[in-house]
Amino acid sequence: MQRYPNDLSLVIEGAAGQGVQTITAALLPILKNIGYHVFSCTEYMSRIRGGSNTTEIRITGKHRCAYTAHIDVLFALSPHAFEHLQNRIDEKTLIFADKEHFGEGWNDRCIDTPIPTFAIQAGGAVYANTVAAGAVLGILGIPVEPLKLFLREQFARKGDEAVENNIKAATLGYNFGLGTPSALKPKIPLPAPNDGAKRLLMDGNSALGIGAIAAGCNFICSYPMSPGTGLLAFLAERSGTFGIVVDQAEDEIAAINAGLGASYAGARSVVTTSGGGFDLMQEGMSLAGMIETPIVVHIGQRPGPATGLPTRTEQGDLNLALHAGHGEFARAIFTPGTLEETIESMQHAFDIAQRFQIPVIVLTDQYLLDAVSTIDVKDIKRLPVVSTLVQTDEKYKRYIFTDDGLSPRGVPGYGDGLVRVDSDEHDENGLITESFDLRRRMMEKRLKRLQPLSEAALPPTVIGRHDGAETMVVCWGSNRGVLEEALDVLGSKRLAGIHFSQVYPLNPSTRAMLQNRRIIVIENNARGQFADLLTRETGLVISHRILKATGEPFSVEEVVKALTEEVHG
Amino acid sequence: MGNRHNPFDMPPETDVAWCPGCGNHMLHKAVKGALDELGIDPGKLVMVSGIGQAAKAPQYMNVNMFNGLHGRALPAAFGIRLSNRELVVVVESGDGDMYGEGGNHFLHAIRRNFDVTVIVHDNMVYGLTKGQASPTTQQCMKTPVQVGGVILEPFNPLAVAIALDAPFVARAYAGDVEQTRSVIKEAISFKGFALVDVFQPCVVFNKLNTWQWFKENTCSIPADHDPADRMAAMKLATASGKFPLGVFYRNENRELYEDLAGIGEKPLYQQQVPDDKDFRAMLDSIPMNNV
Repeated sequence: MQRYPNDLSLVIEGAAGQGVQTITAALLPILKNIGYHVFSCTEYMSRIRGGSNTTEIRITGKHRCAYTAHIDVLFALSPHAFEHLQNRIDEKTLIFADKEHFGEGWNDRCIDTPIPTFAIQAGGAVYANTVAAGAVLGILGIPVEPLKLFLREQFARKGDEAVENNIKAATLGYNFGLGTPSALKPKIPLPAPNDGAKRLLMDGNSALGIGAIAAGCNFICSYPMSPGTGLLAFLAERSGTFGIVVDQAEDEIAAINAGLGASYAGARSVVTTSGGGFDLMQEGMSLAGMIETPIVVHIGQRPGPATGLPTRTEQGDLNLALHAGHGEFARAIFTPGTLEETIESMQHAFDIAQRFQIPVIVLTDQYLLDAVSTIDVKDIKRLPVVSTLVQTDEKYKRYIFTDDGLSPRGVPGYGDGLVRVDSDEHDENGLITESFDLRRRMMEKRLKRLQPLSEAALPPTVIGRHDGAETMVVCWGSNRGVLEEALDVLGSKRLAGIHFSQVYPLNPSTRAMLQNRRIIVIENNARGQFADLLTRETGLVISHRILKATGEPFSVEEVVKALTEEVHG
Repeated sequence: MGNRHNPFDMPPETDVAWCPGCGNHMLHKAVKGALDELGIDPGKLVMVSGIGQAAKAPQYMNVNMFNGLHGRALPAAFGIRLSNRELVVVVESGDGDMYGEGGNHFLHAIRRNFDVTVIVHDNMVYGLTKGQASPTTQQCMKTPVQVGGVILEPFNPLAVAIALDAPFVARAYAGDVEQTRSVIKEAISFKGFALVDVFQPCVVFNKLNTWQWFKENTCSIPADHDPADRMAAMKLATASGKFPLGVFYRNENRELYEDLAGIGEKPLYQQQVPDDKDFRAMLDSIPMNNV
């Protein structure tokens, strides 16, 4: 398998319940604080115990936000590691595992590591993950003190014994790692020079939550569903500080209807779910369109149909997001690809929902939500929040006809007017009507906002040099990081990338940016849903689609390979 | 109240879609009468409904209105209440909407016990879709779909509500406007989830449960019934024979969801976006950054 300079891929494997996440949470801050560029992503099975889960930690010379398939160093805690990872292991992979439990696949790149023995010496089998964390630092030649500090803080509430056992486990692992023959020790990239910037580590879930709080979100009602639940938990934890009303609904239908009720009364509502839950919300989307009531819906995609692969990743729900809800009404769909974009997308979503009085979707996926990377604090932007609510007077009409189709939005109890909203076709007062003439005028009113909505759409971002590129490689959502890195690796002037952090409506500049070029679309689904959308909206012909719907994200290697023919072709 | 203008009245030219002789008319009069007598400000009241003939009731009142989706009035009412505790929230819908399409929400709204009054037009049939069985249709009644007669026992909303400890459970009959108004007044004044199931005929699609039938098959709740006695209430709700009318159950001790969840008095529409200091402090609390 291809290796890239200044790039170390470390994978920690373990059964569910073995604490792989704790190792990552310990190692990432330590590596970041030394100054390394780190990126981490996780893949896990839909089970509470057993199986084989992994976290990849990449230490790189440049800031990278992508998954690589190859593994330089593997820590295997479960007996299923080789079976699960054999396609990612090659002759260059250094494997640390307990020989007795490793089974097939043992070779001269395997280092017999008595992780279970050390764990028991430290106090019990539960300390295996801490042994591994210590060993990683030993192998990399990084001081173990920060890990000890982390363990002291992490386990303080569990008592002195837990702290001491963990420290013993870390030390045993660390000393073992230090003793790795130097010929085998992996080459670690140099830390980035200290530029004084303050960087934070976070996953996509945190970025979504930060964006929601920045946007003044004060109401979330949702039903748990992976991978959409992270936002609910993030806001719940901070609900006291920011006055956010949080409710766990009985189902997704209740969630969106409560969100709309709250928004009608003046809350800034969000609901979060995944594709299956969003299926249940579709009628609510249609209601939002009819009653012109803002709501932000986050969909964390996972592979369907039906229950599909509950803990895996895919971009298969774009068509669902585009078409959800009966009847014709306006909507917008944001598809962030970086932490910065995720924070901003949530703010754009609230802003567009309020300004245009429509439902707005933020479409992410498991990979983006769980991946951890760094963000410079100065890149965490707060966009202006404009209140669009008006105080009503006695003559107030919720759906008064205006030039732009947008009627001033009042809320009940604020002013002297009455606020009536109706899922039936209605007149300017919000009262039921069956007049064909009013129906025609109301449809025109609701759809008039499509034009200004597309004018307000975010333009796509060019990756690399647009001038002179014969081929444009198009991506959206979470594929930004992998395309950026693949294009960087290829270094061809014939190729440039373009990333859409808003896929609907498309910014009017889209066609001009792509026309007269060869267009390749890369997306994490089976049919190329965005490619179809692009053709429908712009008339442009898509030459080639690079697709993947296995439940895994694209790796850098795959994208490099798929684009190599384009460079030489 | 004499001939004094009721502030909840709509202009007389308002087109009402209900059939002549429908029980909705009398129930509607009772609801407006109760609201007026309680002195509620129409601007601080939100009527929430689903879909069906009963769910049109708020259309014919001078109030704030959220006429949402079929079966989904309760979640919307919940969202409205949590956003603004100053608002009085009344849900009005039919038996199909509340007990059929919205059954899950009915259970969970009772569990939550937010402050809402739920008035259910119970005519034991689907009117707007033309005569199919509703969850409360009596056994053996023939309909265009249940052609051999309804085979299921009717849903018992009062027993379900009492089982879930809904803190206010009552039944009224639209034919008796005085009593219906009085029960609805009590329900709206009650702090918490208050259910009023109101019997009424559908004069077009239900030829079984007519004005006459309701008159003959209902009776007053025994004078010695203690509404604080949950087991006695359950017994009344599940007894065979005539259907008792009145307040079955009152529990003054259930805490409001709004209080349990710590919902503030300030409406959410007045809330400012977080200031920069709190926002920056929150960034430092993101996991993995406090090492």
